[in-house]
Amino acid sequence: MEKPIRVLVAKPGLDGHDRGAKLIARALRDAGMEVIYTGLRQSPEQIVAAAIQEDVDVIGMSILSGAHNHLLPKVVELLKAQGADDILVFGGGVIPEDDIPGLKAQGIAEVFTPGTTTTETIEFIKNNVKRH
Amino acid sequence: MFDKQEIALIAEAKKEWEESVLAKSLAKAPESKEVFRTGSGDVINRLYTPEDIKDVDYKSEIGFPGQYPFTRGYQPTMYRGRNWTMRMYAGFATAEESNERYKYLVEQGSTGLSVAFDLPTQIGYDSDHPLSEGEVGKVGVAIDSLADMEILFNGIPLDKVSTSMTINAPASVLLAMYIAVAEKQGVTPDKLRGTIQNDVLKEYIARGTYIFPTEPSMRLITNIFEYCTKNVPQWNTISISGYHIREAGSTAAQEVGFTLADGIAYVEAAIKAGLNVDDFAPRLSFFFNAHLDVLEEVAKYRAARRLWAKIMKERFGAKKEKSMMLKFHTQTAGCTLTAQQPNNNIIRVAMQTLAAVMGGTQSLHTNSRDEALALPTTESVTIALRTQQIVAYESGVTRTVDPLAGSYYVEAKTKQIEEEAMAYIKKIDELGGATRAIDLGYIQQEISDSAYKYQMEIESGERIVVGVNKFQVEEEPPKGLLRVDPSVGEMQKKKIQDVKAKRNNAAVTEKLEALRKACEGTENVMPFILDAVREYATLGEICGVMREVFGEYEQSVLL
Amino acid sequence: MSELIEKLLAGDKRAVARAITAIENYEDETEAIIKEIHKYTGNAHVIGITGPPGAGKSTLTDKIVKNLIAKGKKVGIIAVDPTSPYSGGSILGDRIRMQDLALEPNVFIRSMGTRGYLGGLSKATHNAVKVLDASGVDYIFIETVGVGQSEVDIVKTADTVLMVMVPGLGDDIQSIKAGVMEIGDIFVVNKADLFGAPRTATEINMMLDLNQNMKRRPPVLLATAGKNEGIDELVDELEKHREYLNETGELTERRLNNTRMEVIELIESELRKIVINHTEEEGRMKKCVEDILAKSTDIYTVRDEFLKSIRG
Repeated sequence: MEKPIRVLVAKPGLDGHDRGAKLIARALRDAGMEVIYTGLRQSPEQIVAAAIQEDVDVIGMSILSGAHNHLLPKVVELLKAQGADDILVFGGGVIPEDDIPGLKAQGIAEVFTPGTTTTETIEFIKNNVKRH
Repeated sequence: MFDKQEIALIAEAKKEWEESVLAKSLAKAPESKEVFRTGSGDVINRLYTPEDIKDVDYKSEIGFPGQYPFTRGYQPTMYRGRNWTMRMYAGFATAEESNERYKYLVEQGSTGLSVAFDLPTQIGYDSDHPLSEGEVGKVGVAIDSLADMEILFNGIPLDKVSTSMTINAPASVLLAMYIAVAEKQGVTPDKLRGTIQNDVLKEYIARGTYIFPTEPSMRLITNIFEYCTKNVPQWNTISISGYHIREAGSTAAQEVGFTLADGIAYVEAAIKAGLNVDDFAPRLSFFFNAHLDVLEEVAKYRAARRLWAKIMKERFGAKKEKSMMLKFHTQTAGCTLTAQQPNNNIIRVAMQTLAAVMGGTQSLHTNSRDEALALPTTESVTIALRTQQIVAYESGVTRTVDPLAGSYYVEAKTKQIEEEAMAYIKKIDELGGATRAIDLGYIQQEISDSAYKYQMEIESGERIVVGVNKFQVEEEPPKGLLRVDPSVGEMQKKKIQDVKAKRNNAAVTEKLEALRKACEGTENVMPFILDAVREYATLGEICGVMREVFGEYEQSVLL
Repeated sequence: MSELIEKLLAGDKRAVARAITAIENYEDETEAIIKEIHKYTGNAHVIGITGPPGAGKSTLTDKIVKNLIAKGKKVGIIAVDPTSPYSGGSILGDRIRMQDLALEPNVFIRSMGTRGYLGGLSKATHNAVKVLDASGVDYIFIETVGVGQSEVDIVKTADTVLMVMVPGLGDDIQSIKAGVMEIGDIFVVNKADLFGAPRTATEINMMLDLNQNMKRRPPVLLATAGKNEGIDELVDELEKHREYLNETGELTERRLNNTRMEVIELIESELRKIVINHTEEEGRMKKCVEDILAKSTDIYTVRDEFLKSIRG
């Protein structure tokens, strides 16, 4: 049987709005992926530790509090330190357009803003997953 | 509402109409869809007639405004007496900057303040806590100690304004700070008017800023009920919130059902703690969402009022009419705002405002067009406030009470939502009440299912969102969004150091120890929190003591 | 020895994670890994935790593990959740209740979906257990929802099976299959602060007393994991059971039996492949089946002919 794509879906920081994270977790499951959902209030360190132990191919983070410029690059940095930067990292949430180039330059593969369909996210993962 | 004979005649006439006029029309031009649905996904009929509300008794079910069961409004003259409170939720960065925004809003005709706190404050961490990194001042103002609160309300007379604070798990601490600031202004607690959200159950369900486990959380809430009944009698001690339940993706009926189920849990907890229902119930308030389907929303507010009145009277044996009245704040639905063509959001908010007003809201926050992108700019906030003013002064919907009453559709829908909500409450009762249903993940699962369905409808094009899945255009990225100065975190850290250097640290330690003992015992903790606040103990220190005694809540998630 | 194995044996989490991924997905690699690590296995105490959905298994695991690491122990956790039969995907959410453990240096948590393994789920989890065992942990917890036979198969090979019950989930105790009751070495009624907990415990005790031919009467405990109550007692019982297994020789007996089953399953699965390859070759099976339906032969005759030709 074909190896399913494993994705860690996480809510970094203190933001408690998990509608988007839960939606994406369900949609990825329905697209045949194995989703590890870690719940609210995750520090970048916790996210990376979980990603390593779960040996995921992808990390998706949803953040609506405006702390994205701090939290998302921190995750990529910690992955690099562990030699696990072959994991595809994407973010989603209320993230101003102006911030996206900066986030991408720091290793966030894609940033999905409100209105993105789950289909687009699924396609993105399938086309960009590096290790699998 | 009509006698049987008349209903029979109407039914007969309707049948005739269907066979002749309607049939002819459908043969020539069929309808665009086979089934039409409301915003919440319920089937909606082509036409409603007296037949659809034949079982609704006017006197006992609809009645008159200001009279049981309050379907038509909680007050007899409604907006002919005075308009709703135009309350704009605001707050960001430091207390200084938020204070400026509040003064601006008051000058512009805003009649109530609504304070947004940043996430560290909402979760009881000081700005220098490691988990606060990157979050300080982002979604609201950072409050670490009484010193910040003094700045926040500087120059705003607390006996003149009513202040709503969106604070839940640490509500007791922020309320204590508010009381302490008022003391310094020479205003006694009995003069204070306002609301704390204080609704932890919906934090477990939908919003996520919980701290303590269920039991101590319910104790803190009932402690506040008791304290305010005696000392801050004009204060609304809780705002039982459906808003966030709806934002998380529930339907209108779920919003009513789950919110009132939470309300029942609070009333039961307070009665269990020995309070008399008629002492605290008049200070309970509610908070609902204003979504896009105008008529469904109006029916929702009416259903909520009627159902709560019946619950208070029949289930809890309340005697005072004020205990049975559901009064509520409304916020337009943030989840309906689109990042695409953000100016379209102004129109969405206008319709939602209409829904809230025709549904009889007591106060309203209107969202700004750019909130799917960032915190709103001053210009956007002004447009949102103007929207309320145009509805209040120009639209005419305020000139008669409950204008949509008697609409066959709205009355039928009101009844349907009431019944659906009651069915949810019954189910939750069977599971052992709201706290147990949350623990089991039942409520979260129901909401999550509705949210997924809604999203799939958008993706299939079955549900049209203008600018998102229809009528799209190429757009330039929006310019001039509000940015919070990233140095706010550092500034707050510095302020905490200053406060800790200046205050009487021995007194702080003593008051915190007294608070710890109170938490371990069964006393009302409010006076102890107030004592600690007066000595400039920080929010993080106070919540830290409570965390040590009470422990922390562990999330229950079913997907 | 490959670099992966070396690191794995040294307890490197990344290597452990990679090895489990290989075990979940690639048969050849699994074989190579297991051969290399075999002599380093057999040291950990393997504990299966199962019970109905909503019993609070993850929270209980979380608290037991915290108790153990406070004593300086190393722990591995395998949390199994069902895979959707429709999409083949799954949402594995057990980590939510073990958030604090993510950063513990002496804890490794891995979530596994039941996927479409035909009876192979237990194989995958058992091999993952071996990887954790070889990595040097003292305890391994396998957590599954006790609803299906495959989940029961996973935990019943553990050294100690902890059955988690909870009051107020209807008449479960009555409806729980006797088979499930029989595999429990320790019973715990979690959420003991809820109404009805003592009654649930009494019911379990009564059911256990009905069964006279047990070698050891399992204890029934009360715990409230959410409040960290009853955890010390539970950990004590886990230790007592381990001592019992050692002293009575039952540990050896169980492991002999499990290993025998494992070898038989491996042989079965290989034989099955041989049989399928042989019978499907040149459309032999199709022809035979048609002949059986046409009454020109019968199933037993066909069986004998195939066996004869396979044996060559």
